Amino acid sequence: MAQIFHPSMNTVARVSIFGAVFIAAAVVSLLLLVVRSPYVTEVGVVREQPVPFSHKHHVGDVGLDCRYCHTSVENSSFAGIPPTKTCMNCHSQLFTKSAMLQPVRDSLRTGEPLKWTRVHDLPDFVYFDHSIHIHKGIACVKCHGEVNEMPLMWREHTLHMQWCLACHRRPELFVGDRNDVFAATSDSTIDPRLASDLVAEYQIESKTSCSTCHR
Amino acid sequence: MFRDRCRARRRHELLTRSVHEELDRARPSLTRRVSMGMTVLALFATFVGCWQDMADQPHFEPLETSDFFANGQAARPLVPGTVARGQLRIDTVFFEGKVRGKAVETYPLHKVAEHFRVAEQFRLSGGDERVMAQILDRGRERFDIFCAACHDRTGNGQGMVVQRGFPRPPSYHSDRLRDEPVGHFYDVITHGFGRMPDYADQISPADRWAIIAYVRALQLSQHAHVGELPALDREALQRKGGTP
Repeated sequence: MAQIFHPSMNTVARVSIFGAVFIAAAVVSLLLLVVRSPYVTEVGVVREQPVPFSHKHHVGDVGLDCRYCHTSVENSSFAGIPPTKTCMNCHSQLFTKSAMLQPVRDSLRTGEPLKWTRVHDLPDFVYFDHSIHIHKGIACVKCHGEVNEMPLMWREHTLHMQWCLACHRRPELFVGDRNDVFAATSDSTIDPRLASDLVAEYQIESKTSCSTCHR
Repeated sequence: MFRDRCRARRRHELLTRSVHEELDRARPSLTRRVSMGMTVLALFATFVGCWQDMADQPHFEPLETSDFFANGQAARPLVPGTVARGQLRIDTVFFEGKVRGKAVETYPLHKVAEHFRVAEQFRLSGGDERVMAQILDRGRERFDIFCAACHDRTGNGQGMVVQRGFPRPPSYHSDRLRDEPVGHFYDVITHGFGRMPDYADQISPADRWAIIAYVRALQLSQHAHVGELPALDREALQRKGGTP
């Protein structure tokens, strides 16, 4: 009876047994890469919005403060998305014929709110409060990036747990002066001595207990 | 010859059919079932892993949509006339800037301070002068956030939004606005004036008063007599060659 397998199959068998380790490793690392890719984390991915609102124009060019629209950021866990009326404070007079702003005018007329797509959405099992971060001197740009340079909004950071922990472990690397929290651009290199002074002054603790965020 | 071929084919068909039937009867063999089960389980596990059920739990986040209510909002507006505990606004001086329908003339410093003391985010301390200084600081901050876009940081009415085409508001440094009582400014912030929209939703009553204090400071800054300046400032001014 003839041999079913050619002798060269010995080599193939050896290679494939040995290669299985690499194949498994490749699959695992591919999965890890996918999880960290913009496809999943949405970092740098512009979200579709009903109106192409530009932070670059409103913050960068006009110089509006974050709090003009996000009024509750200092007192609440939620920064707040402005109602249509806030847009109309200026746009009742400016760009009143612009087709881009038609959904805003429709929203004002009908009373139906604009349906913005959330850019930063933490999982529901994470507790997060904007106001405490603001009061402890963590600038907006530290998490949201330089929105004054973003014509359309995207996510600057992954919001992964290890990203949160990077700051919770060593807040002195991220803290800044409370008075500069809302500055559109923030100098990320802060004098280490000054930073540790601020950490002491604002009574910032390195909070890494599970229940800090998962409560 | 032809008939023979047909018969042979038929026999072949019968044979293969019976073989298939045999196979069918034996199909769900144990190993096969186990391997199928494993595959389904693996697929299931993969997709369950991707389905972030805990990340999106069945509760509403602020401003989330809901298909339950007609306007699509999960959050319900307050019933008109609702008064939250401790928020009854009967003090017309503080909440409307008016006494018996007339604009308040004197700045209600103690009421403003009291409201800032109650609001936890902003604590005031010290005597009247110290408190006033803190209110002014707060006022400047809020003015720069909400007012400077049109009124400009100096109050001359040439802010960035005006430069972009918004009708120019009057300068604070006109005689008319210098003579207006503080209650007038409160009324304008609360209800709007001319092209200016109201800021009642964006600025709390205490912050409105803080802004008014700062507006008064701005007015003074552009309309002070040299004689009223502290000696140091006067010297500095004279060194620069300023005229009274």
